[in-house]
Amino acid sequence: MSTPYAKLPAWADYGLIPLVNLLVAFIVAGLVVLLVGENPFRAAAILVEGAFGGGQAIAYTLYYATSFIFTGLAVAVAFHCGLFNIGGEGQAYVGGLGVALICLSFDGTFPWWINFPLATLGAAAAGALWALIPAYLQAKRGSHIVITTIMFNFIAASLMVYLLVDVLKPAGSMAPQTRTFLEGGQLPKLNWVIEAFGLPIRSAPFNLSFLLALIAAFLVWVLIWRTRLGYEIRTRGHSPRAARYAGIGETRIIIVTMLISGALAGMMALNPVMGDQGRLQLDFVTGAGFVGIAVALMGRSHPAGIVPAAILFGMLYQGGAELAFEMPAISRDMIVIIQGLVILFAGALENMFRPYIQTIFASLKPRSAGLAAEKGG
Amino acid sequence: MAEAAIELIGINKSFGAVQANRDINLAIPAGTIHGIVGENGAGKSTLMSILYGFYQADSGEIRIGGKPAAIKTPSDAIAAGIGMVHQHFMLVQNFTVIENVILGAEGQPLLKTSIAKARSELERLERDYGLEVNPDAVVEELPVGLQQRVEILKALFRGADILILDEPTGVLTPAEADHLFRILRQLKEEGKTIVLITHKLREIMAVTDNVSVMRQGALVATRKTSETTVEELAELMVGRRVLLRVEKGTAAPGEVLLSVRNLTVKDSRGVTMVDNVSFDVRAGEIVGIAGVAGNGQSELLETISGIRVAVSGTVTLAGQPIDLTSEADPGELRERGLAHVPEDRHHMGLVLAFEENENAILGYHDQSHYLRGPFLDIEAIRDDAREKIGKYDIRPSDCRLKTANFSGGNQQKIVLSREMERDPKVLIVGQPTRGVDVGAIEFIHRRLIDMRDQGKAVLLVSVELDEIRSLADRILVMFAGRIVGERGPDATERECGLLMAGIDNREAAE
Repeated sequence: MSTPYAKLPAWADYGLIPLVNLLVAFIVAGLVVLLVGENPFRAAAILVEGAFGGGQAIAYTLYYATSFIFTGLAVAVAFHCGLFNIGGEGQAYVGGLGVALICLSFDGTFPWWINFPLATLGAAAAGALWALIPAYLQAKRGSHIVITTIMFNFIAASLMVYLLVDVLKPAGSMAPQTRTFLEGGQLPKLNWVIEAFGLPIRSAPFNLSFLLALIAAFLVWVLIWRTRLGYEIRTRGHSPRAARYAGIGETRIIIVTMLISGALAGMMALNPVMGDQGRLQLDFVTGAGFVGIAVALMGRSHPAGIVPAAILFGMLYQGGAELAFEMPAISRDMIVIIQGLVILFAGALENMFRPYIQTIFASLKPRSAGLAAEKGG
Repeated sequence: MAEAAIELIGINKSFGAVQANRDINLAIPAGTIHGIVGENGAGKSTLMSILYGFYQADSGEIRIGGKPAAIKTPSDAIAAGIGMVHQHFMLVQNFTVIENVILGAEGQPLLKTSIAKARSELERLERDYGLEVNPDAVVEELPVGLQQRVEILKALFRGADILILDEPTGVLTPAEADHLFRILRQLKEEGKTIVLITHKLREIMAVTDNVSVMRQGALVATRKTSETTVEELAELMVGRRVLLRVEKGTAAPGEVLLSVRNLTVKDSRGVTMVDNVSFDVRAGEIVGIAGVAGNGQSELLETISGIRVAVSGTVTLAGQPIDLTSEADPGELRERGLAHVPEDRHHMGLVLAFEENENAILGYHDQSHYLRGPFLDIEAIRDDAREKIGKYDIRPSDCRLKTANFSGGNQQKIVLSREMERDPKVLIVGQPTRGVDVGAIEFIHRRLIDMRDQGKAVLLVSVELDEIRSLADRILVMFAGRIVGERGPDATERECGLLMAGIDNREAAE
């Protein structure tokens, strides 16, 4: 009774509020488009057309979404434990090292379907390892995980530059990247699935790791809501004191959660490295780790919300690229602004409209109940 | 009867589907002390929040001194001469008394002049009402009784003629409470009107002129205090007769199940919270630890249950020593037969965001019958929760409902059912009925006596002296981290009260 707001029905909580946030984000983005002298409605049409108009567009959108599902899940798992893992970017970057080492070692020996699980383990292990040190520092020393994971993003970037330039670059090559993997180090494309719907594709990087992302989303749901470990993670996340009371070891739960989170972030590397480029390149993560934060926030840390949120951001990436191409007045930077607005309203300001919507629901409820009764009588 | 200082006419307030206040009509005569009693959730606090401008009524009118008043914010209320002393003090801990008093009412940009002005005003208030407190003392160094006085001074300084006190004695010793009542009577004599919200009927009888009883959002009765009894008020509050004293047989203490020797505990700042404490709890007895909140009882409970680390001392559980001087595992202690109902059920005993059934396994979630391998056995967990809901009459009887949506009494029943149904050897219980309505109190007390009669060792910590005196077979009184005395269940309230204030004069009490 202490809260003056009515509890929202689930559909409003998980559907209406994200939709309102998104709408506001697009209205503000539309104003920005208007400001540079373009027609916002045409821009919106190009964006959606670019993301979903035809097989090619859809394949690219889903390719980007694959990365965002992994990083979104990584952030969400940590959230459930009350930890804010900002280090998805670095963990994914180092995860790429795990993928590359497996592929470089075995791409001539094994077929892809043996190397894929091996590379998955390699990516997960490398990502987890990169999360381990911040996790240990948080659990044992109380160093704030937000600070340490941010710092580890920079360390990861420097480490990878060193490795790519001085260690992994083939002799005589000018580009800071590994050699191209042989066929055993490349994932099959999934473009035929889209083509089966009668949507032709010229070439697109949409690949098998998308399925792995969906499986990971399901497994995260099982982990969080159906296992003992997930129960302990949620208890710690909601109330550290209750976790202490229940005999859930703080150190263990923080470290285990961050290992899982880091592993999920690391697995993102499979998509660009093994699924698309076929080699480890500089800066292949391109912000997917940070987009994961927005995806997790918008998806309310639930896999069923994260997958659609990831597809939405995939749409912004892919449609945005088309928009920059079609409307010269809208530069690449403008696309970043639009994406930033979506992150701002859907992620950071996630709760901005909640009180208003709750007030509306609170005032509607008795009246709508009365109406129903009248109709019934 | 004098003219009404406050008139509430037809006040209605709903939160969603819940009607917190329904058609409240109340006139409080000027220059009187008016008590408002009711169970938790009866709507007392909502009504006062409307009066003080935190909420606005859906309908109805407020009249102050006969004139309609539009109170939309607390500043409107202050302007209308209403002051409020909250249950949790709204003081800046590292400010001095005088700085706290002028906070928000400085009047001019230079502090020096406003402090000088305030000083003379404070002196007058202290003289007129017996509210002595050193204006230059830093608030955090004052005992709670004096901090409360600062709150009252704050309200008076702002020109309050009407003073609302929300559960003012929850944190006070009996002696401090008596002093507060003297101040309230003094204020009344000076013509102030006082509204006292409480659930302690004894206080109502001691200090008020009139009393109103609230139940389920409605004002069910207003009585002259001199013409009513505690029993009648209790009955009005719950709508039926309640047993205020628990019926129980004599204890039959057996072997020692919990033995604490020379236990010393320090907090994170290194301050000694529990100081060389030793006691035993035997099978089949309830040992009550009385004391004013903050005298080390919480730390004692948390240490014995393995949540906090002790500096030194030994604890023996059912004959087996447990090491509490290094990080203990509360889960392991549970397996060895120690059940713990924590003081802070909102942050420790329960996870409010969880479904009821998820809380029903908290701390026992690694027991094999709730698990299938690493997976939770959802069906087993829910069946188990439903069984306990039935047995402890937890309402609403929905194990999928979010725990935050249960009332305080039902939340406490969730914790109790979890801890009691595990057949522990030792049960340690902190504040079992804090924030719990009268009906549930009776049930909880009954269950604690049952546990005793089943041969469990029960260690009970409560700041409610009445509760300790009616349940415990032996009473230990804690003051400043030490056990300053042991008394039998027939100890008088005055005797215990003196001990709680740190005064051990058995002779004086006699």
